[in-house]
Amino acid sequence: MVGVLGAEGAPAAASSAGWFVEHAWLIGLLPFISAGLALFFGKRTPGGGPVYGIAAIGAGSVMALGVAWHFVQGGGPYEKYVEWFRIGSLHMQLGSYVDGLTAVMLIVVTFVSLMVQVYSLGYMHGDVRYTWYFVVLSLFTGAMLDVVLAGNLFQLLVGWEVMGICSYLLIGHWYEDPANSGAAIKAFLTTRIGDVPFMFGIFALIFATGMTTSNIQVIGQTVAGGHVSLLLVTTAALLLFGGTIGKSAQFPLYVWLPDAMAGPTPVSALIHAATMVAAGVYLVARMFQVFVSADPIALHVVAIIGAITLLLAAFLALVQDDIKKVLAYSTISQLAYMVAALGVGSDGYPAAMFHLFTHAFFKALLFLGAGSVIHAAHTNNMSEMGGLRKDMKVTFWTFAIGAAALAGVPPFSGFFSKDELILAAKDSHTYWLAVVLLVGAILTAFYTTRMILLTFFGDYRGHAHAHESPRVMTVPLILLAGATCVVGLLGFAPLGAPFLDWVYFGGEPIPAVFSPLVAILSIVAVTVGIWTGYIVYRRWRTPDPLTRLGPAYDLLEHKYYLDDLYWNGIVRPIRDPIAAGVYWTNQHVIDGVVNGTATLAYALSALVAWFDRNVIDGVVNGAGSAMELFGRGLRTIQTGKVQWYAVGLFAGVILLTVFIIRP
Amino acid sequence: MTWQNSAITITTLLPIVGALGVLLVPRGDDRLVKGIGIAITGVCLALAIAIAATYDYSATCATPPCLQFVLNVQWIPVIGARYHVGIDGISMPLYILTFLLGFLCAVYTGRYVPEPGRIKAFVALTLLLITGMAGTFVAFDLILFFVFWELVLVPMYFLIGVWGSANRQYASIKFFLYTLLGSVFMLLGFLALYFSGPVDALGKHTFDLTALTAFGAGGGYTHLFQLVVFGAIALGFAVKVPMWPFHTWLPDAHTEAPTIGSVLLAGVMLKMGTYGFVRIALPVLPQGAVAYAPWIGGLAAIAIVYAALACLAQKDLKRLIAFSSVGHMGFVMLGIATLTTIGIQAAIFGMVAHGVITGMLFFCVGSIYDRYHTRQIADIGGGMAEIMPKLSGIFAFVAIASLGLPGLAGFWGEVMALLGAFSPNTSTVAGLNVGLFRAFMIAGGIGTILTAGYFLWMLQRVNMGLAPERWRDHGLRDILTVEWVSWVPLLVLILVLGLIPSIVLNSTEQGVNLIVKIFGG
Repeated sequence: MVGVLGAEGAPAAASSAGWFVEHAWLIGLLPFISAGLALFFGKRTPGGGPVYGIAAIGAGSVMALGVAWHFVQGGGPYEKYVEWFRIGSLHMQLGSYVDGLTAVMLIVVTFVSLMVQVYSLGYMHGDVRYTWYFVVLSLFTGAMLDVVLAGNLFQLLVGWEVMGICSYLLIGHWYEDPANSGAAIKAFLTTRIGDVPFMFGIFALIFATGMTTSNIQVIGQTVAGGHVSLLLVTTAALLLFGGTIGKSAQFPLYVWLPDAMAGPTPVSALIHAATMVAAGVYLVARMFQVFVSADPIALHVVAIIGAITLLLAAFLALVQDDIKKVLAYSTISQLAYMVAALGVGSDGYPAAMFHLFTHAFFKALLFLGAGSVIHAAHTNNMSEMGGLRKDMKVTFWTFAIGAAALAGVPPFSGFFSKDELILAAKDSHTYWLAVVLLVGAILTAFYTTRMILLTFFGDYRGHAHAHESPRVMTVPLILLAGATCVVGLLGFAPLGAPFLDWVYFGGEPIPAVFSPLVAILSIVAVTVGIWTGYIVYRRWRTPDPLTRLGPAYDLLEHKYYLDDLYWNGIVRPIRDPIAAGVYWTNQHVIDGVVNGTATLAYALSALVAWFDRNVIDGVVNGAGSAMELFGRGLRTIQTGKVQWYAVGLFAGVILLTVFIIRP
Repeated sequence: MTWQNSAITITTLLPIVGALGVLLVPRGDDRLVKGIGIAITGVCLALAIAIAATYDYSATCATPPCLQFVLNVQWIPVIGARYHVGIDGISMPLYILTFLLGFLCAVYTGRYVPEPGRIKAFVALTLLLITGMAGTFVAFDLILFFVFWELVLVPMYFLIGVWGSANRQYASIKFFLYTLLGSVFMLLGFLALYFSGPVDALGKHTFDLTALTAFGAGGGYTHLFQLVVFGAIALGFAVKVPMWPFHTWLPDAHTEAPTIGSVLLAGVMLKMGTYGFVRIALPVLPQGAVAYAPWIGGLAAIAIVYAALACLAQKDLKRLIAFSSVGHMGFVMLGIATLTTIGIQAAIFGMVAHGVITGMLFFCVGSIYDRYHTRQIADIGGGMAEIMPKLSGIFAFVAIASLGLPGLAGFWGEVMALLGAFSPNTSTVAGLNVGLFRAFMIAGGIGTILTAGYFLWMLQRVNMGLAPERWRDHGLRDILTVEWVSWVPLLVLILVLGLIPSIVLNSTEQGVNLIVKIFGG
């Protein structure tokens, strides 16, 4: 069955969609094929196998541009499905749904993945599991593309979870160290805690369609139709959001993300910029009709979780010494920006997606730049860096561009997207959120400044001989830096903000508006953040000046004790005493009954045996002895006198007669 | 005799012929014995596939079971027992699974004969076991079913008791007595069905499952009768599944059994119990099923969480996998308890998936034991990936499939069972409590997290980390050819079933629909 439907169910002419859009599913399929090729033939291939993935994702990037071109020209959504399987009344389809959001995501995912793959050629050179690394990298990208393309929630879930297991494999890539494999398990389990409610949310939505389909568009139309109970839709929205909390590392499940830095740094770039964590935000956007149709409480929860996470993570980023951890917390915080913006409703939708778009480029750039630094300095700790701008010019300049974008310095991309976010909060009269976003902007600018100053300025404090990374690593940095400079303009209102024409929710795009007030507020916030950051960190001081915050610093140092709470309050008790208790119960109570029954039966049979031997046999043996005695006794009466016999006989007959005729 | 009426009989009984043939082989000719085992099981598998290929999937019936390849002849006229065999879409995947695992086990035996050898007896018993298991899935007379059901016990008892590891005596006797105890209740239940069941024109009772199903599904048995007899029959099946709290024979039997014993035990034998529910208990005693469904669902939910927690406490690798079976069968039983098409379809899919995945896990554990000569996780000490990358890679793949990763076989059975529990059968016939089943669903969801937890922790302790000094330069060989041959079909199936679940679902759909129709679904 192949259906071609527009977004609102109106037929869209398939022929006008163009080859790239009609074959967008190929973009998702290619990386899986390349993963298979690399797995089976990688070691025998010259170069160790990365060529398959790079070719597949390179082709995918080109196709993604072709897909995007369709939407630049104002094309409509396109969908194509084939029957997958049928279970009861539920018909499952396999296929792709392509709209402006999909197109943008395809570009982000393929471009960043391609950069990461190329960069990894240098970064992972000589690794023990070089080929395997590229296999999983391709699989990971394929899974993310499946999430982006899926028109069906179960198909999306497959990609979602495969991505989860790939992140597990990549985070634990250097599994010789138990810390790394522990971080991998933590990432998988923490996200799975969110995935279970997500799965239940899917159930609720399928239930809403009368157990007939998990097609996202049909579900959207069903819940928008108003025939589904508000309670069910609201519950479904909140449950779906559980998946986002896990995957996009929102409070209270963000704890896995900083630990996930245990993986190779290019993996961090892939997981924390364009793929995995973006999937959670993408899910809310893709299922936005459900959130909008639900009780307003659902979107309030989204906004509040976003706001809480935004601040909590931004504060944590302030005190990190590990450069990757700074970026990790900043990722959580930036994702929270997107989540919070989605929480304000359809005004926030394009802004959130625009921030996801720009963030993917500059965050990938920052992670890869950090990787270049780590590669050179042989440490993650900024306290052992400093002054690296002199020896690592390309890394420094590209990193600075990424940092400027992250901090929200105009005219880099982060400035434009952050502007949109604050504007959306203001336009929807969610003023408290606008304030939170501005506070977040100050904090972001502060910790970014700190990171730049500690890493690249001052004197070198490390021991390694720092040097610039090879070309295969710096070229991706340059390309990503270029993108970081350019992509922001796609959302700049005075230039028409074409991005908003591609990605929007509802019938009409929201017209682009430039708000001087918001721009000024935003620039003020950034300036305050950078300036204070500069004041505090312009000279290397030890200990970190922030330690003077006292108890507050301790709280941050211990990550709000959240990890300790989870570990000592949940994981350890379940893993050790509770599991042991259950097993003890199993062995001693449940099996105790079984063995007890057996023992009892055995004891009974032993008793029976004893009884048999000593009582029944005793009777038999006893009877024997009795007979002997009796015989002896008889011998005494065997007198040979016939009269006595006659008396005996007579008495016996009388006794027998009495016994027989007894009433 | 045509293909239609003889195929099932030939396929099912051929292993017994093979067993007799094996016994005639002169002492010492081990190669011939192994060869016969492989040849017979191979022919059986080919025949089973031929049956599946020539089966008419479009045929329809009004009542279950919708049988083809039927042979129905007089057997023990005094009690009205008949030799009635046949196959439908529900039996099909389980029947094929039996011969597939049987064949792969025979191949594996070509290289691995557990202590104390005695290959002739080993192969003969394995063949006997295969006939018993396969027969259970195609018998449509309760006495015949019971004979096959009990036939399984004896060879498995000897496989564990003779070729098992240290504590084999205890395990084999426990296995035998526990299942026998269950069977006694089951047999009493069957007799009750017989005596209270339909009577033909000559006043004769019947053990014929088709007749009993039509009678029972039509409300032939009284409500009280159904409550009592369902309880008795369900007890017999529950021990076999095994359902919590009747599961404690399983970890012992699995842990002590030789590798192929564990593979067949987990892969096929447990499904005899769940199959019994779907085939006999539900359609013949629908009111009993409705009354017991919440309890079955509850025990299943407990089993899922309980088994996962017990797995976390395991120090013995094989015992860990054994306990995981209890949890997986919990998902199967939860699906059945929903009395919905989605739930029962999921259950049968789950049976097949569990057979393939857990069978494969036991192969892996068997091979790991063969290398390390220990099953203690602490003694293995990690680092297997370093010493045997291929074996550990496959072990990880199968463990990940077992934890229910979407895209692999383990996923669909579990997620669809949970979906069934979200929306259990609420028709006027079934009227299950939605809130209660959603509570079971939540327990199942928590179980999936714990399941991921113990499997990943297991992989961390076995595969990852640095290999202890004592295992390096120990000459531990990575996967052997015989292992590749006997494993690749299962590995491929794990992926294919995950990507194309319709290969099982399409086969079982009609049969399940007919059963659920009894419950107004």
